[in-house]
Amino acid sequence: MRYLPHTEADRRDMLRVIGAPDVDALFADVPAAARLDAPIAGLSLHMPEMQVERHLGAMAAKNMTASGGPFFLGCGAYKHHVPASVDHIIQRGEFLTSYTPYQPEIAQGTLQVLFEFQTQVARLTGMEVANASMYDGSTAMTEAVFMARRVTRRKVARVSSGVHPHYTGVLKTLTRFTDDELVTRTPDFTPDDDLAALAAAVDGETSCVVVQNPNIFGHVADLSPLAAACHAAGALLIVVVTEVISLGLIRSPGEMGADIVVAEGQSIGNGLNFGGPYLGLFACREKHVRAMPGRLCGETVDADGRRGFVLTLSTREQHIRREKATSNICTNSGLCALAFTVHMSLLGESGLRKLAALNHARAVQLAERLGRIPGVEVVTTNFFNEFTLRLPVEARPVVRKLADKGILAGVSLGRLFPGVHDLERGLVVAVTETATDADMDAFEDALDEVLA
Amino acid sequence: MTTFTGNRALTLEEPLLFEKGAVDRCGVDLPDVPVVATRLGGLERHREIGLPGLSEPDTVRHFTRLSRQNYAIDMGIFPLGSCTMKHNPRLNEKMARLPGFADIHPLQPVDTVQGALQLIDELATWLKKLTNMPEVAMSPKAGAHGELCGMLAIRAAHDAADLAAATGAHSAAQARTPRRTVLVPESAHGTNPATAAFCGYAVENIPANAAGRVDLAALTARLGPDIAAVMITNPNTCGLFEPDMIAICDAVHAAGAYVYCDGANFNAIVGRVRPGDLGIDAMHINLHKTFSTPHGGGGPGSGPVVFSAALAPFAPLPFVRKVRDKYELVEEAQALASADHDHSFGRMVAFHGQMGMFVRALSYILSHGADGLRQVAEDAVLNANYILRSLQDVYTAPFADAGPCMHEALFSDDFLEGTGLTTLDLAKAMIDEGFHPMTMYFPLVVHGAMLVEPTETESKASLDQLIGAMRSIATRMLSEPAATFKESPHLAPRRRLDETAAARKPVLTWREPAASIAAE
Repeated sequence: MRYLPHTEADRRDMLRVIGAPDVDALFADVPAAARLDAPIAGLSLHMPEMQVERHLGAMAAKNMTASGGPFFLGCGAYKHHVPASVDHIIQRGEFLTSYTPYQPEIAQGTLQVLFEFQTQVARLTGMEVANASMYDGSTAMTEAVFMARRVTRRKVARVSSGVHPHYTGVLKTLTRFTDDELVTRTPDFTPDDDLAALAAAVDGETSCVVVQNPNIFGHVADLSPLAAACHAAGALLIVVVTEVISLGLIRSPGEMGADIVVAEGQSIGNGLNFGGPYLGLFACREKHVRAMPGRLCGETVDADGRRGFVLTLSTREQHIRREKATSNICTNSGLCALAFTVHMSLLGESGLRKLAALNHARAVQLAERLGRIPGVEVVTTNFFNEFTLRLPVEARPVVRKLADKGILAGVSLGRLFPGVHDLERGLVVAVTETATDADMDAFEDALDEVLA
Repeated sequence: MTTFTGNRALTLEEPLLFEKGAVDRCGVDLPDVPVVATRLGGLERHREIGLPGLSEPDTVRHFTRLSRQNYAIDMGIFPLGSCTMKHNPRLNEKMARLPGFADIHPLQPVDTVQGALQLIDELATWLKKLTNMPEVAMSPKAGAHGELCGMLAIRAAHDAADLAAATGAHSAAQARTPRRTVLVPESAHGTNPATAAFCGYAVENIPANAAGRVDLAALTARLGPDIAAVMITNPNTCGLFEPDMIAICDAVHAAGAYVYCDGANFNAIVGRVRPGDLGIDAMHINLHKTFSTPHGGGGPGSGPVVFSAALAPFAPLPFVRKVRDKYELVEEAQALASADHDHSFGRMVAFHGQMGMFVRALSYILSHGADGLRQVAEDAVLNANYILRSLQDVYTAPFADAGPCMHEALFSDDFLEGTGLTTLDLAKAMIDEGFHPMTMYFPLVVHGAMLVEPTETESKASLDQLIGAMRSIATRMLSEPAATFKESPHLAPRRRLDETAAARKPVLTWREPAASIAAE
């Protein structure tokens, strides 16, 4: 028990000061019926460091890693190269083991980073303000829908069929017991029809339209006409971005007329981690800032007139407003936001643009190659680093067969949209800067072989 | 000037990266971009984004300099009540970075992530045994998210019962009052009422009694057919165990409602008390608090929720199931037809939860084992009582006469009456002595509250240092001019920051200083 510093003599001395005969006396308020007298049976006793490493190492070794071979999965989580200095900085104890900056005088490091983070996110999304991080993209999207209800005082949210189905699932969960009304659409392979239908459906009851760009199939679209339709009806346009690297190449949601932009920030500075911890980005127009959920860092001055930073507008938060708070979020993803900011500082504008261009070029190359395989059709016309293939057979078993050959080929739409018959042959393939020519050769050959 | 800890505040000044970076500078080497015909549909970005870059050395220096303006647990004690800031074992960090955990995708075929699912299953088993609860939902991303998960399950269970009653499945045409109110004791975390409201419930407060516990009589008097649940924090935010917990649970169940327990303070009882034995229906466990994950300046955390048998069928998706020697990941309601989770209320997050925190939690749990975790609770409680008894002659300790505290000691500012000084002044004075202040103004039931939580990883020497400083400050505040304390901290990178100005005219992003250009 190397983390516990007391000797038995320390414990005795402390009990003497307390005036308790033994440690059991300190648990006197626990009802006798619920007191345990010995360590719980069936659980192992303390292990030395070496043994813990061995035990966890054995479990880790059973998994096929993204860097262990050709890898092409996306759909909301992306494999990108994270520079070594990012992990070095987030492991500095002063960042890693600091607390939420409630005492700003001794938390200026964290606060300045959050201020830099907010500025980076606002600029990247083309919005005026951003908060200091949410749990992940899916929960951020749900918070955006609730925020649109607060701003518009309307209850109908219309969700594009191109939104990640797990994100829509989270929204369905959290609106199930409120009086919000959710209008979702059945997905198919023709996203332009979806956007046109959404634009036509916006009316005086609509609080917001939620659309993802690039969408779950990889398709990128001009959202300006949809934004115009929303604004004409007094509704807000919420744009979801699951691959933030795309913002280095594609026109920003803000430029296309979005009112709220939410994104998954994992791609910058954060690893795959089997789905978490991730980092939700949340940005909006300045006029709506007081309806925004989550933490905000603001600039101010100290008693000597020096610039400093504090958490601000906390009157919206749960610790003051309790049941009237804009959200119940307490802890968020501060360390992931730090990783994002460090990686973004290393990239800078030129680096981000080049990284985005590299992702796109690699994806175009692979799409062309896979599209030449007999029976395979690339159904996404305009895309960033992710596109959808329609295979001649169901995609799920193909993915499994390719995994047996050491290739993690993509996400079958059947896994994301179970029961939607049309989509069972769909395979979403993501290509990032980490894919080599050899990886693409291996994928092409193996897919050709499996389909033959 | 000598301080108690020998820490002197640092005085580094570091400009914002926007004031030193350049849009054409890059600290990353990337391969050349192959020339291809783009497929962007004419949506290329033309405008400059405005993201300055730094070289790698400048990046490292920028963030290292900023890091030195932070207090952190690696530098000294962080006695924040209700927050549990304990030592962060580096082994956990090493384990979480194993490529087999850190470098796997949430949508990989389940055959290729059997070890990851095994880890989730193993951690789930520990959580179920430590709490004596039959089911656990692993996906919630933080304590407050776990609360939401627990309350959604309660809402789903009541709705299912309403539906059954309405369709006559149980009893013919039995009218049911919709259960739309949740009772929350005053001593609850602020997230509790916010969470209940998010699930569409009205919230009513239940007062605390003179001993800082839930007033059992007031609670039972309010129970009725309209009450959906009671949300209780136990040990509560006054640092006290609720001795009537079994009676409370019995009364709530008799009234047809459920008990939600905020398990944020589970570290005080782990291995010594199992919440299932108290009668709790749902409880989130802050993995980052009880089992340690670095706080990272505000997250990420992780908040799995344990459920009683009554609520287990309503738990969220996805979850891990072991069938023979293989682990499955159940992601869809359709797959549940034959399972005992057939009333799942749905999905809480995009993927499966905080894998990084699961690894850290299991690493911490295995390092301690069943025996060590019990010792964790004992030492946490021992340390808090040591502080309570060592300071109660100087500080007002409102509930000290009612018996021992659990993992945190509560004081009030009554002893400062007449000095013109407050809890805030005391907290800022502690900064000058090299300590992070305790939690201030919380819980709300005590005026000028100060909540001190030493945690189990603080040594007696470190506690004595804290006690010495707190005694010294209190004594000086009662004898020296108030003005001395109104201006502290004197030694921190910043003195009192103007929070009112920040809220009145929010400046939330950096902008080019246009004013200076215009002035020329």
